[in-house]
Amino acid sequence: MAFGRSSSSRRQPPVEPVTLKILVAGGFGVGKTTLVGSVSEIRPLRTEEILSEAGRPVDDLHGVEAKSTTTVAMDFGRITLREDLVLYLFGTPGQDRFWFLWDELAQGALGAVVLADTRRLEDSFAAIDYFERRGIPFTVAVNCFEGARRYPPEAVRGALDLDPEVELVLCDARDRESVKNVLVAVVEHALVLAGPDRAPVPG
Amino acid sequence: MTEADQSREAPAARWFDDEAGPVVRPYAMTRGRTSAATRHRLDLIALVVPEPAADDPGRDQTLSPEHVEIVERCSEQPQSIAELAAGLDLPVGVVRVLVGDLVDDELVHVTRPVPPAELPDVSILREVINGLRAL
Ligand SMILES: Nc1nc2c(ncn2[C@@H]2O[C@H](COP(=O)(O)OP(=O)(O)O)[C@@H](O)[C@H]2O)c(=O)[nH]1
Ligand SMILES: [Mg+2]
Repeated sequence: MAFGRSSSSRRQPPVEPVTLKILVAGGFGVGKTTLVGSVSEIRPLRTEEILSEAGRPVDDLHGVEAKSTTTVAMDFGRITLREDLVLYLFGTPGQDRFWFLWDELAQGALGAVVLADTRRLEDSFAAIDYFERRGIPFTVAVNCFEGARRYPPEAVRGALDLDPEVELVLCDARDRESVKNVLVAVVEHALVLAGPDRAPVPG
Repeated sequence: MTEADQSREAPAARWFDDEAGPVVRPYAMTRGRTSAATRHRLDLIALVVPEPAADDPGRDQTLSPEHVEIVERCSEQPQSIAELAAGLDLPVGVVRVLVGDLVDDELVHVTRPVPPAELPDVSILREVINGLRAL
């Protein structure tokens, strides 16, 4: 079978970029897909994992009745920072039954954004617990929907019971600059956590 | 959730809602094989890079159109497992199996992302920050 690439003998070996990922967690409708779309160079893509009824990805569907499986979608975007450095963003629902997906996504993740909506702060509790327990650097980004009451950041921190070193930022998931700031905050936090000897020099 | 709540809820029903899609059965494409049958699970951000042999026409008559399409997509620019799944509209598990076949055939290789439980090193983190600021 031909791949139809007649001119390809002169082709350079492709650059093999380092790939990194940042996770975007939060309840349904909090703005995960919007946030990813604001900074991604590609339209947010959706991919699916097949779930068994037990909530784990199915590795062997042989003999499994169709009615006992379904799929869960995650969406993701790509940011090419340099030819040899590519950042992927993954957003998937932060609900208990989807944690198996997070277990895979969290492997090797640089950090995470927990998107929160002040009208439904409790929707972000599970994600915060998850990242705290696994020691994954995360930043809480409050998506400022119009019509939602504005609370002082300290009040939101208190309601979320955030550790002092966890950053809380206000954002607009539709705004590229705003989302860039959120991502920079995540990576800066990861940098600090990378080790005491690597912390910024106190000024 | 109380025990009473749980028993009231039919177990099969709870997966069908806004966040969960329809039931699918795409493993026919892999002839029933699953990623468990091939080595380790390929990371979602592992990149699939064509080998020079992928240019050799007629190498493997057993490849499916999906195998060929994966090679073609990656020839333009290496693609991650997640991108391939989205682009081909196939579940990630199916793409893992198909890419595993291509690795076995030495038509592609797969990059290794940062190993689990290790953070990327500090200089890379700094480059990410600079890269994001410069966007
Ligand atoms: N006003 C406002 N609407 C937003 C914002 N972010 C998202 N939305 C809207 O909220 C809805 C849900 O957002 P979506 O990104 O799909 O949420 P997801 O379920 O977390 O992926 C969509 O209609 C968005 O257009 C925001 O910052 N401000
Ligand atoms: Mg969404």
